Amino acid sequence: MSTPTTTTETRPDSSASGNALTQRRSRPGEVAFRLAMQACLLIAFGVLAALLTWVLVKGWNRLDSRLWTEMPTGLVSRLDGAGVQSALVGTLWIISLVALICLPIGVLSAIYLEEYADNTRWYNRLLELNIQNLAGVPSIIFGILGLGIIARALGLGFTVITAAIVLSLLVLPVVIIATREAIRAVPQSIRHASYALGATKWQTVSRQVLPSAVPGIATGSILALSRAIGEAAPLIVLGAVTFITFNPDGLDSGYTALPIQIYTFITRSQSEYTELAAGAIVLLLAIVLAMNSIAIFVRNRFEKRW
Amino acid sequence: MNPTDTTNRPSVSIAGVGAQPTGTSKPDAADPVMELSGVSVFYGAYEAVRDTSMPIQEKQITAMIGPSGCGKSTILRSLNRMNDLIPGARVSGAVTYHGQDLYAKDVDPIEVRRRIGMVFQKPNPFPKSIYDNVAYGPRVTGMKVSSMDDLVEKALRDAALWDEVKDKLKTSGLALSGGQQQRLCIARTIAVRPEIILMDEPCSALDPIATAKIEDLMSELSNDYTIVIVTHNMQQAARVSHYTAFFTAEVDERQERHGRLVEFSQTGKLFTNPADKRTEDYITGRFG
Repeated sequence: MSTPTTTTETRPDSSASGNALTQRRSRPGEVAFRLAMQACLLIAFGVLAALLTWVLVKGWNRLDSRLWTEMPTGLVSRLDGAGVQSALVGTLWIISLVALICLPIGVLSAIYLEEYADNTRWYNRLLELNIQNLAGVPSIIFGILGLGIIARALGLGFTVITAAIVLSLLVLPVVIIATREAIRAVPQSIRHASYALGATKWQTVSRQVLPSAVPGIATGSILALSRAIGEAAPLIVLGAVTFITFNPDGLDSGYTALPIQIYTFITRSQSEYTELAAGAIVLLLAIVLAMNSIAIFVRNRFEKRW
Repeated sequence: MNPTDTTNRPSVSIAGVGAQPTGTSKPDAADPVMELSGVSVFYGAYEAVRDTSMPIQEKQITAMIGPSGCGKSTILRSLNRMNDLIPGARVSGAVTYHGQDLYAKDVDPIEVRRRIGMVFQKPNPFPKSIYDNVAYGPRVTGMKVSSMDDLVEKALRDAALWDEVKDKLKTSGLALSGGQQQRLCIARTIAVRPEIILMDEPCSALDPIATAKIEDLMSELSNDYTIVIVTHNMQQAARVSHYTAFFTAEVDERQERHGRLVEFSQTGKLFTNPADKRTEDYITGRFG
């Protein structure tokens, strides 16, 4: 038990110094921490800005329609009239297929795990844990798995569909996790209201939960697709051909993709290749930025306030 | 408008077998529409409410009052099997509806909730238009409706909301005020023509004026519906209800808290001449 006097002693800036309120004290800890945070932001932003500036300056001469109307070439003499059309079309093929494959599988898996699975069962918890783990597996591992199982054992070969399946597997955990977050953000009260009216589970999920979760699902899915677009490592082992002068014309077609094309350009010593690579990097960045802006638009447009 | 013939109240049989009470053998109004006999509700191994027995009279308002943690909301949710949605929740004893055990194996909880609707503590309109909020229930339950517009209007009129929203049926239900949202939730509930409406502290998030409107509405609705309301507000129970059940929390020999029904009687009697000392202490403000 403390005496009442102790409380008056611990009260800050008591009447002993009457003008305590007006004496602004400097707090070095506050200032230092603020500066440290700003410095970290500057480093992150500065590196990004430097990279962007470098590719823009390097690739400036190649930023014209040749980039997407012309084919790549391995001959330096023809380099002036070369572009990356086959890689661009290959990337668009792959990313469309990835969307078609991984979105339905990912969204349905997430619905099952969030709404149907009994989390007290050990196998459902094991599934959850492994999905988290899968998201952390290096992409080259997925490439090797694809080479062994999809390209060779299933006999799909080094084709567009093989690349799309492997990239789908790669980003599937991301889609599942993002969709689960979005589903979980839908208030439980909405589900209860629906059930209390005599709705079935599927009616509740399809008419209330999913529509409310669309912004989150769309955002997460598009960010996952953006990641798939930039992946080069799995495609290297999946036979993305370095210089092809035709566009893919079907699921079983040979292909190349922008990250692979950029990589092979850069490994060449001639400066013209470096320039073309920089141009292709700008193109790839533009696609990724466009997709991210769609994600932001969808999120803002359909976001629900509870 | 005469939309009454556009809707039809569901028949009583839930399990599909003829468990309907024959109309002739129902001599007086005192025959309860629902009855709880020795109902205990468990969450896992924990017994939240112990051994509750009480009737729910038809077209009457039954209030459940008591301090926090006394299990009144838990009992309410056991009346239309909303407890099924809580993992590990289990009910023992019998909850009968027209003589049929709601927890029998062949009873479909979806059909139960279709007949026994629920209004929640926090207004929870769907993030849809006012019209779609009301039409949702009839749509998902596949009600045969000759004119959905008439049905929506009737439900909104019955919930005393029509005049305020008739010009903005296409705007979001979330744009309404709290009291209007709660009346929208009531409209949504009565749109499926339930027989019983359960209300879980429907006014606790509302201001006094909105509360008064909901209370008037409850009295109005009790002409057509059986209402069971959980409330923290004793004056509210005294004002609107015909029967009152007083619950309290007890600590047993293993130091576990259980909700218990202390007293059930007509509201007038319970508030003026309670049979149990604990009821008297509670309603006179000496406890809780």
